Amino acid sequence: MALDTLAAPGCPSGLGAPTESDARPTDFTAFVRVDARGNETLELMVEGASCAGCIKKIEGALLATPGVSDARLNLSTRRLRIAWTPGALAPGALAEAMTRLGYRVAPFDPELAQGKIDSEGRFLLRCLAVAGFGAMNIMMFTTPVWFADDMGAETRTLMHWFSALVAIPCGLYAAQPFFRSAWSALKAWRANMDVPISLAVVLTFAMSIAETILGGAHTYFDGITMLLFFLLIGRYLDHRLRERARTAAREILAMQAVAARRLGADDVVEAISAREIEVGDRLLLAAGERAPCDGVVETGASDLDCSMLTGETLPVAVRAGDRILAGAINVSRQLTMRAVAKAEDSAVAELARLIEIGEQGRGKFVRLADRAAALYVPLVHTAAALTFFGWLLGPSLLGVFGVDAGAGDVRVALTNAVALLIITCPCALGLAVPAVQVVATGRLFKRGVLVRSGDALERLAQIDTVVFDKTGTLTLGRPRLVSEPPADILIAAASLARVSRHPLSRALVEAAGPGAAAIGALESPGDGVEGVIDGIPARLGKRTYAASGAPDAADGAPELWFALGDQAPVRLVFADALRSDASAAVAALKARGYAVEMLSGDRPSAAAAAADAVGIEHWRAGVLPAEKTTRIQELRALGRKPLMVGDGLNDAAALAAAHASASPGAAVEASQAAADIVLQGDRLMPLVEAIDVAKSARARALENLGFSALYNVVAAPLAAAGLLTPLIAAVAMSSSSLIVTANALRMQGGKRT
Amino acid sequence: MNILIFLAPAAILMGAIGLVAFLWSLRAGQYEDLQGAAHRVLIDEDD
Repeated sequence: MALDTLAAPGCPSGLGAPTESDARPTDFTAFVRVDARGNETLELMVEGASCAGCIKKIEGALLATPGVSDARLNLSTRRLRIAWTPGALAPGALAEAMTRLGYRVAPFDPELAQGKIDSEGRFLLRCLAVAGFGAMNIMMFTTPVWFADDMGAETRTLMHWFSALVAIPCGLYAAQPFFRSAWSALKAWRANMDVPISLAVVLTFAMSIAETILGGAHTYFDGITMLLFFLLIGRYLDHRLRERARTAAREILAMQAVAARRLGADDVVEAISAREIEVGDRLLLAAGERAPCDGVVETGASDLDCSMLTGETLPVAVRAGDRILAGAINVSRQLTMRAVAKAEDSAVAELARLIEIGEQGRGKFVRLADRAAALYVPLVHTAAALTFFGWLLGPSLLGVFGVDAGAGDVRVALTNAVALLIITCPCALGLAVPAVQVVATGRLFKRGVLVRSGDALERLAQIDTVVFDKTGTLTLGRPRLVSEPPADILIAAASLARVSRHPLSRALVEAAGPGAAAIGALESPGDGVEGVIDGIPARLGKRTYAASGAPDAADGAPELWFALGDQAPVRLVFADALRSDASAAVAALKARGYAVEMLSGDRPSAAAAAADAVGIEHWRAGVLPAEKTTRIQELRALGRKPLMVGDGLNDAAALAAAHASASPGAAVEASQAAADIVLQGDRLMPLVEAIDVAKSARARALENLGFSALYNVVAAPLAAAGLLTPLIAAVAMSSSSLIVTANALRMQGGKRT
Repeated sequence: MNILIFLAPAAILMGAIGLVAFLWSLRAGQYEDLQGAAHRVLIDEDD
């Protein structure tokens, strides 16, 4: 299969061919690694692959390329691994081939993404398998004991021994996660949920072995392995939820891995990954590239797009000696910069401190399950102790009052106390919250909403105020032409604009549609573009550059002036476009009774226009980053629970300070790291759905906790009264876990918003 | 009832084989890409 026979773009459900503005020069050689077999490998993140056809098309095309020895696409993680014999081909060509097939690819730094393999998840799964095996096989020996009335005492004891043979190794292996966690808690003089679980496991085994040796009728080998099985399901679900969010966060980081080009002593250019940059390195920064670290311009002059850092839509001009912050995008001309900090120390250091301060406020939040556990642990242990002493001392006490109840028996007292510990063990409690959160986040994940953690969902359910940032959040953060010049002027101006990567030029090209670039047009960074159109000299750019005679409009709107020969210069006005569903989302939030505010760092006129268009009455313009945080703290001091929605580096501190926070997918990584949920795509409506799902998840979790409490209220007295048999324990535990899980699954469907 | 001496260990052995098979598949990475596995079954190998 050759590449050209597969010219059809992407998957029908995938993406179309990339647009002009997406094309960003990336040097893939910096991400090539050599594997154990000596092959060169590259990992790419593939966007748009979603079905068997995609797998076949991508892998088929790559394997047909000479030199490629292996190509494997993981559809779950959307990661593509390509291996080839060293030197056989250029990695850039592979990426180009993928683009031609219609799939967007980004380089992926596997070391940054992998971090460590999920060994904890694997271990939990192994414990789960062992516990499941144990629970099912013990059933084989306990069921006859429950139901065979004519079974002799010897056969019964034999059955108990068989149970012990399976239960003891399985139970001790599967209980390791609980033992470890309980031990580390006890070492620190604390108690957590795993302490009563471990205690119940140890006591049950001791009691059951003693009963087996003494030839007793009831052992709880089956109950304890089943308990471990259910608890491990809850534990595994909870772990997977955290791991998925963590992986997604790492992927965002890895995707933004930037390649850099270092200038050696004799001006030899070397491609490196951003992590390898040392202070003092001289780096080449071509037009369209993002600065990998903080630095100072050495030679050249250009414009920098700092919108990700400051929220300011328009680029700023820089020349030799000016400072460049990591994350700024070079717009017009190649620069040489000298690194003044390593990539990981750049710009974000101050920000990390702000985020930390914000999160201290959030640290006080106690998860629902932990609050339930704090109530549960002392209650159950008191009940177990009362049962033990009641059965031990009760008969003698009754004897004092003249009632003959025989003597207290340590064995009976211990059996009943252990039965109470088993039946009340937090089986349903352990499943109640994680089951709901897994279903809820899974549902949101399919809608393109990434939820960072389970408690993010809990906090989201409690909010009462929504604070929006403007640029990049309510708006797309991209300028759009709003004035309507004559068609011939627009086409002529666009032919000059095509040579520039300035956001205003791009917006102009987008408005004009496809066409040719003016030949010999030249960009002067910070000023504009000059060229010749049909033999007439023309200029496009700042007022002072293209139309020095024209009066200043003084409305502060982003503008370009276009002068063609002796004709009167034309003013082209731009505005930042709102997201298509911004006003619908604001209206939906208001309909649900939330107070909605907007804080913008932009000019009052632009902020007023945006607030008016989406229907927000309370807004402030010209707000500094620190003032955003202050406003959030003000709201919190009033007892409100604000949700902050923002995208820029200037929002990150406010995001961390708010009760809950959300970021659009195009936001800078620092903001995404500070946000609880990340919205992928260009729409805001998923935010409303996320709040709805969070609220129903909270309702389901509370229902589950209520049910668990009810179950314990019924079961505990039965156990304390000595009426519990292993059969009742097994039925009660499994049915309560099933009910809790089924209630969580009710969240699966839900209507579209 | 003497038959139990043989039947019970035989049953446990069969269960253990299932457990070992699961642990092997886990180690072999068969759960790394569940979505991909679901789709790959639809790909015809012979064209």
